[in-house]
Amino acid sequence: MDFLNSIILLTNFIVVPGITYGSQLALGAIGVTLIYGVLRFANFAYGDLMAFGTMIVILVTWFLQSKGITFGLLPTALLALPVGILLTIAVSLFFDKTVFEYYRNKKSDPVTFIVVSLGIMFVLNAVVRIIIGPNDINFMDGHKFIMKAREFKQMTGLNEGLALKSTQVITLITTIITCSILFYFLNKTKTGKSMRAYSNNEDLALLSGIDPKKIVLLTWIIVSILATVAGTLYGLDKSFKPFTYFNNLLPIFAATIVGGIGNPLGAFYGGFLIAFSEIGLTYAYKKFFKYLMPEGLEPSTLIQFISTDYKFAISFAILIVVLIFRPNGIFKGKVI
Amino acid sequence: MIKNSDFKICFSVMTVLTILVGLFQSWGIALSMLNLCLISAVMAMGVNIQWGFAGLINFGVMGFLAIGGLATILVSVPPVPEAWSAGGLGILISGIFLVAVVFSVLIINKKIPNHKYKNYFIFFIIILSIPLLKFIAGPSISKIESINAATSGFLGGANLPIIFSWFVGAILCALVAFVVGKVCLGLRSDYLAISTLLVSGIIITIVKHEEWLSRGVKNVIGLKRPVPYEVDLQNSEWFIKLVEFFNSSKLLNILDPDEKISLLNQLVITSSGVFVKLCFSLLFLVVVITILYFSEKALNSPWGRMMRAIRDNEEAAKAMGKNVVKQHLFIFMLGSAIIGFAGAMLVTYDGLFTPSSYQPLRYTFLIWVMVLLGGTGNNYGAILGGFVVWFIWIQSAPFALLVINIFTNHLDETNYIKEHLLNSVPYFRYLMMGLGLLLVMRYRPKGLLPEKIIKN
Repeated sequence: MDFLNSIILLTNFIVVPGITYGSQLALGAIGVTLIYGVLRFANFAYGDLMAFGTMIVILVTWFLQSKGITFGLLPTALLALPVGILLTIAVSLFFDKTVFEYYRNKKSDPVTFIVVSLGIMFVLNAVVRIIIGPNDINFMDGHKFIMKAREFKQMTGLNEGLALKSTQVITLITTIITCSILFYFLNKTKTGKSMRAYSNNEDLALLSGIDPKKIVLLTWIIVSILATVAGTLYGLDKSFKPFTYFNNLLPIFAATIVGGIGNPLGAFYGGFLIAFSEIGLTYAYKKFFKYLMPEGLEPSTLIQFISTDYKFAISFAILIVVLIFRPNGIFKGKVI
Repeated sequence: MIKNSDFKICFSVMTVLTILVGLFQSWGIALSMLNLCLISAVMAMGVNIQWGFAGLINFGVMGFLAIGGLATILVSVPPVPEAWSAGGLGILISGIFLVAVVFSVLIINKKIPNHKYKNYFIFFIIILSIPLLKFIAGPSISKIESINAATSGFLGGANLPIIFSWFVGAILCALVAFVVGKVCLGLRSDYLAISTLLVSGIIITIVKHEEWLSRGVKNVIGLKRPVPYEVDLQNSEWFIKLVEFFNSSKLLNILDPDEKISLLNQLVITSSGVFVKLCFSLLFLVVVITILYFSEKALNSPWGRMMRAIRDNEEAAKAMGKNVVKQHLFIFMLGSAIIGFAGAMLVTYDGLFTPSSYQPLRYTFLIWVMVLLGGTGNNYGAILGGFVVWFIWIQSAPFALLVINIFTNHLDETNYIKEHLLNSVPYFRYLMMGLGLLLVMRYRPKGLLPEKIIKN
């Protein structure tokens, strides 16, 4: 019984939150890595692109709610998602046309790209704050819990409860669907293959008749979809605040580089690695060992590797360790 | 130096902006803007040394500013004896332990020949040392933090004049930059940008959460000042005389003695604020000119030429026998030290240290906009950028208010859109920054005052 309790404890506090947070990071990191692989720069405006997409979703959600339309048990935001995606694509393409295209044609160095992406970051930051304000917004509606901790305890008779929020399940399912479509597209379809070819060797791809404009367009579309979906899922699970979205850029970058920058599958694993280390290393295992250890041997301290204040710092530290030992990432980067 | 046209542009812009604000708003606002412009100029020069001279992209400005700010506390705040007696020993022991770990890692790295598992071994030591450190320091930390938690709860500082902290901040930053540089400088430009950004995130987390050191989110207020206090000025004979002298024409016209005294009192109060800010301005101006002088000297020296050569063609510089790695590390430390200096100046000027206010947008990317807008590789450009960007940053809210009022004049006061826009006025500064940066990068990619190529 104690063994089961300890397993449930870990599932409730590490596995479930880890999978949810990991999926959100993974979706974001795949977007960053695609931009890096195809357009060859680190996009600092990505966090704010996520915020922008989520903002549109929230506005449409409010509009739908005011008309009395809801999605039954599921959050209304899922209905609003397509509109958000479309507008985010429009914004991405607008910035690509007005800003990035010029530097791409000039073949500027990566640093110039980073700097102009900073400019876009400032602009998007302002736009989001002007339209929706800097405050915390909770736009989750519909059914909140699939399983409450109390219900689980009654059902199984265990001491430990297992809570399952519907947003966690939605996040997981959406991530699985999005990622399987994306990886099918990249690996099996002709357009996806041409995108990979372009990322691998630009000149060779041009020689084989791949249209670079089409590839760039496609990349922005995919990236905008991923950004909006990741942003909306994060907002549903926690809450929407423009500043948090900007901050989330940092663990997303960490996940991207840990997985090998330019490698979507690596970014996917990187997201989960970062999420699980953030949660796993800041969790206090005292209760867990209490269940497993014989009586009298229980630990007196919290058995916590590092305090929860350092949650973000862990992902940064992992990144720096990876950069020192394997600068190309755990999985070899630079090939989509 | 005076003959230099950049110098003229730079300082005339500076004077004109200050005088304009002084005339149209108030001299107090103008001087506080000038002071922050001067501090920004120092920050921008620090970044410019790294980016403009050496091409090193450092997005960790925020972290170094925070370390500079921390230095003001460590130097100027009076020590808390109870805290020292309660937990000082534990902190000292853990400090020694930390130093021992760092040195053992360095020795292992140097002495043991390259082995497959060497890196993993070092990694293992570092990972193991964190819980050990926590185990050693934990009890003392909780003791320190529990002493007078509402008012102190930290170890305090050395109770020295705050001006020393500027130099201590610079030295601390150079040390941290040494470690960061050893780890990160070998990376390619974009990786370097990301990793320095993340390192600054770690630094901020430490400053924010190690309350025994910095009081963390509880902030430290009422720091010392290198200049007189307003209250002292208002009570001092010479200052009142001075105010009387400057406003003699105004005072002469008033015949009623009571009215005269009340007017004089009012004048003394307003001018004491201005006087304090003026003192700060002079102090900061001395710093800016000193750093500018040495920076220009360095830029035009053989060393400066070598740095530009390394920046423009690393391989060629290497082939000429220049130690690129060493020079990069040195200039990274130098630039970070200047940034730290500016960080300490900023906290001194504010009179309070608030770790939670350090955000990358304001303290890293804004400084970068200053450098890029002003002109990379040109010290005057950096100063100009510091001025112009800070001016826009401060003045864009009133400007946006004006524009919104003009465009929504026909709308009702309670109109939803108008109210919403008026509430979001502060965020127009981000918009201005972003657009400014994009426009400059497109049409003047080298900045407003581009680097001067010196041909011998």
